[in-house]
Amino acid sequence: MDLKRTLQACTQVLVDHVEELTELDSAIGDGDHGLNMRRGALAIQAKMADLETKSLNDALKAMGMTCMSTVGGSSGPVFGTLMVTLGKELPAQPASADVARALAAGIAALSKLGKVEVGQKTLLDVLDPVQKVLAAGGGDLVARVRQCALDSAQATAQMDAIKGRASFLGDRALGHVDPGSRSMALIISTLCDTL
Amino acid sequence: MKKLINDVETVLAESLDGFAAAHADIVTLGAERQFVRRRNVKPGKVALISGGGSGHEPLHAGFVGLGMLDAACPGQVFTSPTPDQMLAAAQSVEAGAGVLFIVKNYSGDMMNFEMAAEMLDRENATVIVNDDVAVENSTYTTGRRGVAGTLIVEKIVGAAAERGLKLAELKALGDAVNKSTASMGVALTSCTVPAAGKPTFQIGIDEMEMGVGIHGEPGRRRVKHTTADEIAEELTGSILKDLALKPGQEVILLVNGFGGTPLLELYVMVHAARKVLAGAGVKVARFLTGSYVTSLEMAGCSITVSAADSATLALWDAPVHTAALRWGV
Repeated sequence: MDLKRTLQACTQVLVDHVEELTELDSAIGDGDHGLNMRRGALAIQAKMADLETKSLNDALKAMGMTCMSTVGGSSGPVFGTLMVTLGKELPAQPASADVARALAAGIAALSKLGKVEVGQKTLLDVLDPVQKVLAAGGGDLVARVRQCALDSAQATAQMDAIKGRASFLGDRALGHVDPGSRSMALIISTLCDTL
Repeated sequence: MKKLINDVETVLAESLDGFAAAHADIVTLGAERQFVRRRNVKPGKVALISGGGSGHEPLHAGFVGLGMLDAACPGQVFTSPTPDQMLAAAQSVEAGAGVLFIVKNYSGDMMNFEMAAEMLDRENATVIVNDDVAVENSTYTTGRRGVAGTLIVEKIVGAAAERGLKLAELKALGDAVNKSTASMGVALTSCTVPAAGKPTFQIGIDEMEMGVGIHGEPGRRRVKHTTADEIAEELTGSILKDLALKPGQEVILLVNGFGGTPLLELYVMVHAARKVLAGAGVKVARFLTGSYVTSLEMAGCSITVSAADSATLALWDAPVHTAALRWGV
């Protein structure tokens, strides 16, 4: 994996989708998700010269801390914690089973942080199915992970929101894709594209 | 978007610099504008720290000063501040008696403050404000939002901290004030987040959003615009139902503008809310009217009622000297 190319692509996809993410959040939240993700993505891009010299693990930890100190809102701690956890749990040269194990640890960390479970219309509803696909392994894995991420984000539209600002809406959140899930799917699908 | 700004990227920085200059007798800015702090911290006093997204001015920086907060952390517009901001603020104003964080119940604020509290190596506690009764689905674990009642918690706990109460006592007082305080708001127009450049939501010229949150996030339902009396009846009625006050109970009444509503109309709402409260036999012991917990330029208001006894009223009346609230000094 070319770390610089991957990081550049995964952050740029958020910058490029700022309006879509902001519109999703305007429908069921307060309309700042795209802007917050863009701020974090640009902060990571600004540190690229330093990040590309690091190991995958150290780069993930450094990016996680950058998220926490620049993004704010709930996305900062959530995406930050996920990256820091992956940075701790992944071996230096991870195979798909290693990624599945690290992702399981990430999901556990996020559940604890946000007091949230799978099925509550959050990005866990993308991470959990992706983790299961990775853990099962098999042929065409990258393509299936990519599709699973995109489909799972889309499926959050039919879920009741239990956490976050959308939860205040009750039924009015139905029919809208969760913005955090969409961001997560964009990152995962772009990551798959660069592999 | 028509706003008095230079560049959406620098709105917050320029606003904070202006705020600090305009109120230099009371506050000073922390390094890299991470927080606004009291110019003079009182040794041995519990440090009170709050914060949240910007765009709610004067909340929270406008309440930094004698008798209220020691520091406030401003996040980006409608986005909670980050843990390092809160940590830096706590380390700057802690005066030997610990730190009390006052946090509005929004997921982002909660997570960031929780992380800051974990990293802080000094005694600390957190009061969570969740006064908004608009959301009916209280079975949701996220619970109710924290809105304008935050001002009342910060004022009363701030006065008690100034008197020298200890951390555990202040935490208990804050929780008690939060429990006896309820709010609900209505929006007549949307606000426009500068970086987004367009209104957060579309609303018909003859519609209003009943039970709106302080970020322009939707409330209970969209309804046809109606009279001040009818609006006050629904807002105040919902609050009374939640607080279940006994006749003769004394309360503090806060009628809060969201940023785009003139005082002329807010006073109409004060008059209307007062009639509803009187009808329930509740006595308004103190009034506060103005735009204190705003949503940028959103038109509309919230009503907050806080049940108070003589002790809490004395703390409400105690001297306060901040940019936005000043009496008794």
